[in-house]
Amino acid sequence: MLADKDRIFSNLYGKYDASLTESRARGDWDGTKDILSRGCEALIKEIKDSGLRGRGGAGFPTGLKWSFMPGRLDDRPSYLVVNADESEPGTCKDRDILRHEPHKLIEGCLIAGFAMGAVATYIYVRGEFYNETVALQCAVDEAYEAGLIGKNACGTGFDHDIYVHRGAGAYICGEETALIESLEGKKGQPRLKPPFPANTGVWGCPTTVNNVETIAVTPSIMRRGASWFSSFGRINNSGTKVFCISGHVENPCNVEESMSIPLKELINKHAGGVRRGWENLLAVIPGGSSVPLIPKAICDDVLMDFDSLSEVKSGLGTAAVIVMDKSTDIVAAITRLSQFYKHESCGQCTPCREGTGWIWRMMQRLVTGDAGMDEIDLLEQVTLQVEGHTICALGDAAAWPVQGLIRHFRSELERRILDRAKAA
Amino acid sequence: MSKRMFASTQFQPKEFVFNRENKFEEERIIAKYPIGCQASALLPLLDLAQRQHGGWLPKIAIRYVAGLLDVSEVRAFEVASFYTMFNLSPRGKFLVQLCRTTPCWLRGSDELREACAGHLGIKFDETTSDGVFTLVEVECLGACVNAPMIQINDDYYEDLDPKRIVELLDSLKAGVSVNIGSQNPCRRFSESAAGLTTLTDT
Repeated sequence: MLADKDRIFSNLYGKYDASLTESRARGDWDGTKDILSRGCEALIKEIKDSGLRGRGGAGFPTGLKWSFMPGRLDDRPSYLVVNADESEPGTCKDRDILRHEPHKLIEGCLIAGFAMGAVATYIYVRGEFYNETVALQCAVDEAYEAGLIGKNACGTGFDHDIYVHRGAGAYICGEETALIESLEGKKGQPRLKPPFPANTGVWGCPTTVNNVETIAVTPSIMRRGASWFSSFGRINNSGTKVFCISGHVENPCNVEESMSIPLKELINKHAGGVRRGWENLLAVIPGGSSVPLIPKAICDDVLMDFDSLSEVKSGLGTAAVIVMDKSTDIVAAITRLSQFYKHESCGQCTPCREGTGWIWRMMQRLVTGDAGMDEIDLLEQVTLQVEGHTICALGDAAAWPVQGLIRHFRSELERRILDRAKAA
Repeated sequence: MSKRMFASTQFQPKEFVFNRENKFEEERIIAKYPIGCQASALLPLLDLAQRQHGGWLPKIAIRYVAGLLDVSEVRAFEVASFYTMFNLSPRGKFLVQLCRTTPCWLRGSDELREACAGHLGIKFDETTSDGVFTLVEVECLGACVNAPMIQINDDYYEDLDPKRIVELLDSLKAGVSVNIGSQNPCRRFSESAAGLTTLTDT
């Protein structure tokens, strides 16, 4: 188990206030000027060496992403955009950072912004997080007042502004190009890539979009070193991670743990175990609603990291662990996710706009078994027609949970169809 | 995608302008974005207009904001109808938004749904006859380890059960102050209700 001294988010639970004074006492903004004085190249190298991969779901190597920015070589201004549009069902970790550890995020913005030569950071917070936005803005104001950001940030001669921007309710804006569209005051409909944001992002300028947690861990990596961070978790999956454990556990909670912790240990140690015991476990969605579920047999020994979960045809995603015990109507649980994706499809690409509705309607019939046996394969075919045929990954995200259900619970779907036919 | 309808003509006011305070706020918001990129202020200004107009956006306010930012009206209408937090028709004083996505559903949001509708005597997407409550179902609000939960206006109420939600609704109606956040006295924020398993010595 990770030791408390190695936990980055020491105020995850809001035991102390989020003010600058208290945050400084916890180690934030300590020697930031010295960190920046190491220079952009060194900072990017530190992040590369740490093995940090994006914490927003896709797991792209952060240092590599930063290195795509043209920085000072381009005539146009560059921007860092922080994705705080936390909306993936099961996920509520960035919310804790925004309200309890905002100075880690703000300091991270300055460091990342400096490393990639950005003139400003825009933090895009989901609209429903009104109180979290107020808390964050308060921390940004404090940082300005103390001269930590803005003109001559931390006395380094580097200018960097940080702005907070609230969304207005749209899951799709968590997709980086939809977020950029939304930040420009448009509907959140994803853009075709290329051009990639690092070339043409917000307002036609080079932009990097990073998740809140990704940016908020960077000051600790700079202070304690890449090798410290990469000492947790397996190779290629390094670091610490905030896990959100929800659903049928005794004590749902957020917790920062080492990457690659066994799923069973995570649930038993921090969430009080599965309701009525581990043997009562049916399945877990290990990384937020978009990743396929895994049945108990896999949960018994799977590790919580990118590679382990992809080996079992699921994913770490946002590390939001949704636990379902044997009382769960598993078909209804996944159907509710299909309804979510139907509601949140932006409507731009036909396979997703129409397909999410098709999937949801077919799933509703499968809940009661009101379907032909061949329709299970038909449903799988529909999901394959959506997956990979859309501009962004929302189509994939709508397809995967259903594919996971068919993969692991086909017999349950068949049983319902047979039972209904018998009763008729 | 969801169905989004503008309020019928009888509800649409004839005029809308920002009040003095919001004119000041408007300038402050526009200044956040680079010169020439003022269209970025569209979402924040629509939100500001909605707050000034009792929680919903009449067409005239959407046109007004479009004019302020020099964006076409159709674009402002597109944006207002795309984002679910813009209410296009009048709503009650308290907008009760119940989350029923899977993490909340697993922990009893169906019971909350029945408790809310039963207690208020209305169906979802309806407003009580006294204009105090509007009840809607929303998608994941991002407080999943504190499920089930609801959002009422700007505030989250978490770790709910049917009894507690009824008490909350009554308190709000009576103007009695209520604590926001977790309604479980055994926990703060996202920590475990059974006591801390980490950060015990900080």
